[in-house]
Amino acid sequence: MKIVIIDYGAGNIKSIQFAFKRLGYDAILSNNPEEIKAADKVIFPGVGEASSAMQMLKESTLDALIPTLTQPVLGICLGMQLLCKATEEGNTTGLGIFDVQVKRFENTVKVPQMGWNTISDLKSDLFKGIKNQEFMYLVHSYYAENCNEAIATTNYGLAYASALQKDNFYGVQFHPEKSSIAGEEILKNFLNL
Amino acid sequence: MLTKRIIPCLDIKDGRTVKGINFKGLRDAGDPVELAKQYALKGADELVFLDISATLEGRKTMLDMVLKVAEHVNIPFTVGGGISSIADVDALLKCGADKVSVNSSAIKRPELINELANKFGSQCVTVAIDAKQINEDWIVHVAGGSIPTKLDLFSWAKEAEKRGAGEILFTSMNNDGTKDGFANDALAKLSRELNIPIIASGGAGNIQHFVDAFQKGNADAALAASVFHFAEIEIKDLKQDLKANKIAVRL
Repeated sequence: MKIVIIDYGAGNIKSIQFAFKRLGYDAILSNNPEEIKAADKVIFPGVGEASSAMQMLKESTLDALIPTLTQPVLGICLGMQLLCKATEEGNTTGLGIFDVQVKRFENTVKVPQMGWNTISDLKSDLFKGIKNQEFMYLVHSYYAENCNEAIATTNYGLAYASALQKDNFYGVQFHPEKSSIAGEEILKNFLNL
Repeated sequence: MLTKRIIPCLDIKDGRTVKGINFKGLRDAGDPVELAKQYALKGADELVFLDISATLEGRKTMLDMVLKVAEHVNIPFTVGGGISSIADVDALLKCGADKVSVNSSAIKRPELINELANKFGSQCVTVAIDAKQINEDWIVHVAGGSIPTKLDLFSWAKEAEKRGAGEILFTSMNNDGTKDGFANDALAKLSRELNIPIIASGGAGNIQHFVDAFQKGNADAALAASVFHFAEIEIKDLKQDLKANKIAVRL
């Protein structure tokens, strides 16, 4: 199986590569459109600030490529948020796969949310064998609103979409590569989609 | 519900884990990669690696160790010690660190916090503050806690938040190494005045101290070293007791 992690200069991608290695798979880091198109599975990572990440995507023309992909694509953290319609962070227009807005947490909670929280209302094969209320590691100041495309929700001041799916596109707000054994199970499930 | 985090801290010198008692008299507590793997299995929520030699001797945190930890450990970790530039952070994140913590270098040049937050996002910028209560005032110290500054803990923490820090790691030098409990009053004040997560550090001796740090100090996370390194407290027991005290934990 050919796994490509999109390398557009945003954040900690080594950890995702290592997580696949622990599962026994070699994932390739690439920003080459042909290589990404030819992959069986594509990981769209992202850590950092939305508008500068989107700028980097545009500079490498990957913003046009990603929505045309037909194999399973998994957006992680900011990667998931960039697959949404728009985000309040830097007033950034997203790739528009998921029909949902990304908003900043209100100051009634500490921002960023940082740490382990539970995922509920699990609705996809991505979560096969994962128990309701499993703990995942999250670090984020912006969240996708709960919506029809939500396949998991998390509570932090309010219930929001901590995972999304539309067709072959999946997105998770949490970091499966940093979420212990359960997180690795989710990555394994993604490879089996 | 977001849970309170338990964070073993691995002080690193020459690639080995050490724990300074009141920042002096170092004891060797093992290989960092092995310890990190053990802690992930035992239920630690996160790990912090502090290169304690870095600030004092200008030594950079070893990227090799970070790479090895990232390869073998499936929980998040923060790296601190001697970080003073975007290039330092870029190298650490590329090796697989999730967050970095800055201390003296941010005091010397506070704009560093803005630069790091803008470039990498607040979520990976921890500002570590060592402070000592002298009379009624909490005075920030630098260089491994050896040099006092003119800064007040609370105003510096607030400035760090404003500049883009994602969390504060507060070590009370009065409590560190004493095993008499965390500085709960100062923690509670930090938690009240700031809207980013606060990590309690310095003073853990028994399980009740952690209960107090969360209930009285309102800390979001608690960090300790020797009580974990020498198995005086098992993380599973600690978390079970926290849960019995109605504190949300990952079990």
